[in-house]
Order: sequence, then structure tokens, then C-alpha cells
Amino acid sequence: MTPIELQEELTSLYTQHADTIAKSSSETINNRRVKAMEDFVRLGIPSKKTEEYRYTNLMPYLKGEYTYELAPARFSVDLNDLFRCDIPTLDTNIVLALNGFFYEKNQIDRLPEGVIISSLAKASLEYPELVNQHYSRYADTSLDSLAALNTLFAQDGIFIYVPKNVVLDKPIQIINVGFSLQNLRITRRNLFVAEAGSQASILICDHTLCKSSFITNSLTEVYVGENARLDIVRMQNENDKSSLINNSFIYQAANSHLSSNTISLHGGLIRNNVFTKLDGKGANNETYGLFFCKEDQHVASFTHIHHAKPNCTSDQLFKGVLDDNATGAFNGKILVDKYASKTLAYQRNHNILLSKQAKMNTKPQLEIYNDDVKCSHGATVGQINEEALFYLRSRGIARKEAHHLLMYAFADEVISKISLEPLRERMNDMVEKRLRGELSHCENCAIQHN
Amino acid sequence: MLEIKDLRAAIDGKEILKGITLSVKPGEVHAVMGPNGSGKSTLASVLAGRETFEVTGGSVSYLGEDLLELPAEDRARKGIFLGFQYPVEIPGVSMVNFMKTAINEQRKFKGMDPISASDFLKLMREKKEIVEITSSLTNRSVNEGFSGGEKKKNEIFQMAMLEPKLAILDETDSGLDIDALRIVANGVNKLRNKDNATIVITHYQRLLDHIVPDHVHVLYKGRIVKSSGKELALELEEKGYDWLKEEN
Repeated sequence: MTPIELQEELTSLYTQHADTIAKSSSETINNRRVKAMEDFVRLGIPSKKTEEYRYTNLMPYLKGEYTYELAPARFSVDLNDLFRCDIPTLDTNIVLALNGFFYEKNQIDRLPEGVIISSLAKASLEYPELVNQHYSRYADTSLDSLAALNTLFAQDGIFIYVPKNVVLDKPIQIINVGFSLQNLRITRRNLFVAEAGSQASILICDHTLCKSSFITNSLTEVYVGENARLDIVRMQNENDKSSLINNSFIYQAANSHLSSNTISLHGGLIRNNVFTKLDGKGANNETYGLFFCKEDQHVASFTHIHHAKPNCTSDQLFKGVLDDNATGAFNGKILVDKYASKTLAYQRNHNILLSKQAKMNTKPQLEIYNDDVKCSHGATVGQINEEALFYLRSRGIARKEAHHLLMYAFADEVISKISLEPLRERMNDMVEKRLRGELSHCENCAIQHN
Repeated sequence: MLEIKDLRAAIDGKEILKGITLSVKPGEVHAVMGPNGSGKSTLASVLAGRETFEVTGGSVSYLGEDLLELPAEDRARKGIFLGFQYPVEIPGVSMVNFMKTAINEQRKFKGMDPISASDFLKLMREKKEIVEITSSLTNRSVNEGFSGGEKKKNEIFQMAMLEPKLAILDETDSGLDIDALRIVANGVNKLRNKDNATIVITHYQRLLDHIVPDHVHVLYKGRIVKSSGKELALELEEKGYDWLKEEN
């Protein structure tokens, strides 16, 4: 199958179901489909010729027989019974999404006044103005064809709204579940709005609940208002036959703070695109990522941080460990506008290859149109430090254990940046299990990767 | 305890050790001296099990066992300790985690249960005193940002924690000021007893003012060219190493 054939298959899938999709959605969501279709048709499925996807060959992962669901699947089991997430000291508000749709049996605790955690489809009907003000305002479908594809098919996902000056003590935990007996294509669309002066933290866990292959096209738009603070931690833990395309579009107002930590543990193909616009003075952005891949996995991180206003800071750190035939890519760009003086922007990408066949492509980029800035970038691809390994072994630590200690130390730099302590501990635990090759599922949680 | 017979070792096909014979008994301190490039550090590395060196001949028996057959970790578990000339910085691995892992690996090897948290803390406290090491050092990552002196003290601290039967100290005195040298030497002396042995590798005599050896060996071009009592060190200090070059 060629990219063009896949593109045709997807456009005809849409045309065939356009009416059903439109009927299930509000005007707000439907209004954006026309441009999305134009952009998707123009851009096509990314191929090797697409600069941003030069090192990510999507086709082997995206082709094949997949079904598509136009309405939420119904199962007799209650997913709430399956999930007993026991981050011991972490009490979260759990929100489940099943195959991209807000789960109908979600049991959301009482929330502070004005806070909304809801289905995006439902919210766009109940709060049309609010959703319309943000929906598809940050996701530029002309930048990425898969973002266009997401906007074309978008029906549902999670909508989170934190009103002005509200501080949410309890983190919100979104658990995305893929559950289907047949191979399935999923479209998932989230919108998070943190109004001025508000604070919240969101943990997003991506899981597959069975051995079917899933292709998920996920897009999350995030608005962080003036002086607001939002911390997002993502744990990607799907089965190794599944593909996850995860686009994030982040808009930050003046003096806002956003931190994002993406920990990729399992999955066949993982592509994380982050487009951030720092559009107010003094905004601060931290974008971190850590991935482990082996066998024939591919994990790619693409970042685009746009400093549009003065005095903003951004810090990026991405680390990866690749084994077997795994391949990875990092493509990070810092764009500093001519008005964005006093910008501080840093970017680092470090990778360890554990086998001769593993391959990592890294491409840090700076594009600066202002003289009064401090920017730096650095990238390394190396092997495990043999000197350190021998040092540990000379103290009686077995090679395997020494190796484990070093891998863990490498990962720790990213994990330690997670600000919420219980979350940090849990991620530590998950990474530790991943390194030891044990099943990466949480205690008491029925979800298992394969 | 240790019987080295005609040991030969090479790196990248180049022979560095050209037949070393040395015997160490429990309770003894041996000093190995020699000019730069004579093979001192290579000898230490080969005994500790560093795989970058290829043993091309000879034998090493340690407590009646063929040492060269064992991987580095097993040598350590059986009581061999190498004090590194250049201790490695390992960011992200805390000293506490490192020592706990090392001790528990050693205990596991001996069929013992892991050390309890309180016993471990007590042990750390006790051993830190021996090398006058401050608490803050053990709260940091292994050797990360340590000064030269702190790194060497940390080597002796690890030695104190692991209580080796045979310690090989590779140029532990290099880069030390006189106070640090005294502390390091005191640490080594406190750990000496009739059952363990120490091989001190050094370029200078000054460390041997503090750690008094029973035997001094001069290594030159991969061979031991002279062995004698502690007075040999003084002789070397006086005459330098140039006379070696004339004689050999």
C-alpha cells in the first residue's frame, strides 16, 4: 500500500460516514472539518519526502485491515471495576476514555464549582460558546496532515475546564483504553482549558486492553491562561502491535507555566508531536520525554516551540534507550520571533543504543530572529558507559544489575522533573519494571500490555 | 593468598605485562612502584578483572582458586577490591543505592539475607568516620562533582564498607594534598589486620611514609626488576628511576 492509497482509503472512509459523524457532533466540531479535509488532501499521508517525517516511516505501521467505530462501544463489563489504580498516596479523579470516546459509566467525583470534566461531544453542545472559543483554535491542521485527519474524523474525547483562579488539588487521571476484538482505528480529541490563575495536574495513561492492533490518532489542544499552571504527565503503555500518533497543540498566555512529561514504555509505533506557542510575556514551558524501545519499535518525538513574546523560557529534555532493531527520532525546533527578546530556550536530546542494529536520528534546530536571546541545544547518541559498568562490577554488582542501575540513572534525569511526588514515584516504579522486563502494569490494575 | 606466576597481559595486541611473579600472604602490605608506563595500573586492572586487557600467559591463584577464570563481580564478592586511580563519576546513581546494592550482592553471594535498613545506616555511619567523610558526600551521586581528594576518600570508604581480603590501591595518593593523604593512609591502616592484605601501587615514596609496606617491588617495562624490604622505597626516592633504565 502506498501513502496515496491509504489517503484515498481514509478520505473515502470519511465520505462514506460523513453524515453519521456530523449527526453525532455539534456545529463547532463539524465546522472545522471542511478545512481539515482540504489540508489532509493537500498534505497527504506523510512519506519519507515529508521533512518532519523523514525518519519516521509510518506506512508499515498504518497499513492493514482495520475497523472503525462511529459510536462508543458497549461492553457488559464495567471498566471502573477493572481499574483500581492504586497510586498509594495519590488520590485522582479518574476519567476513562474507551476507543477514543468518553466512557459512559465514568464516575467522576464532585468537582469544585465551575470545573468541567466531560465528553467533548457533550460539552460542545452544553457549552457551545466556551468550546467554540478554544476548539481547533490552536491545532493548525495545515502543519500536520495527521492533525488534519484527526480534525476531520473528530467526534469525542475528554474536555477539561478549570475556571479562573481555581486550584484543583486532586490530579485528574485520564485512562485511554483500546478495547476491541478486531483491529481498530481510533480517533481521539481532547481539549484542556486552564483559565487565568488556575492550577491543575493531569495524568494521561494510554493502554490497550487486548491483543488487537490499534492505530490511534490522538490530538490534544491545551490552553493555559495568564498565570495559570498546568502539569501534564503522559504514560504510553500500549501493546507492541499498536501505533499511537499523538499531537499536542499548546497555547500559553503571559506568565503561564506548563510542564509536560511523556514517558513511553511500550507500543509499536509512537509518534509524539508537540507544537507550543508562548504567546504572552514571561510564559514558561518545560517539555520532557523519556522512551524505551526494543525489537522493531519506533519512537519519535517532534517538538516545535514558538517563542512569540519577550521574556519567555522553554526547556526541553528528551532521552531515549533503544535496543534490538528499534529506531527512534528526535526532531526539535525552537523558533524565536523577532519580537521575542530576552528569550531563554534550551534543548537537549540524549540517547543510548544498546545494540548494533538500533538506530537513532536526532535533529536539533534553532531558528532565531532576535539578537537578545539565550538559546542552546545539544544532542548525543552513545553506548552504555563501559567505565561506569566496570566500576560497579568491581564492587561485586553483577553485570545485569550494574546495567540496570546505569539505565535507571539515565532515565532518572527525566523522571525527577515530574513535580508531583506520588506521580514521580509511580513513574519510577513503572520505569523500574520496564527496565527489568517485567510486565509494565500498575498493581491492582487489570490492564496488561503484551 | 595471592600467587601470581609469570603473568602476561596485552591490550590491542601490545604486551604490557611481560611475566610478573609475585606472592602475597595474609597480613602483608606490598608496594608496587615504578616509572610511568611500567605496567602498574595494568597489573591492578588485570587482577580486578577488567576485560579490556587480554591475559596472554601465566596464572593467578587467589585463595587456591584460578582468579583469571572469574568475572570482575565474582572477584569482588570473593574479597578483591580495586581502589581506582580515576574513580568514575556516575550521575543518577546515589552513593547510598550503590553501596546498598553492592553489599546486598555480596551477601546474596554468601547466601545471606539483604541487610536491614537500620543496619545499613549504622554501617554507613561507622565507616564514614574511618575516612572522615561528610554525610553530604554519601547523599550525592557516585563521585559526581567530587573533588580529587573526595574521590579518593570515597574509594577507601567503599573499601571499608566491603571489607575486602585483598585490596589493590591504584595510585590512591595521586592528586592528594598532605591532609587528604594522611586521612586516606589512616583509613587503610585502620582496616589492616592479620587476615587481609594490601597491594599499594604508587609512583612516589611519600604514601609509604604513612602506609608502611612489608615488601617493595619495582616494576619496569612489564617486569618486576627488584624486590626488597621497605628500605627500597627510600632508595628509589633518592635515586629516582633513571638507574633502572641503565640496568635494564
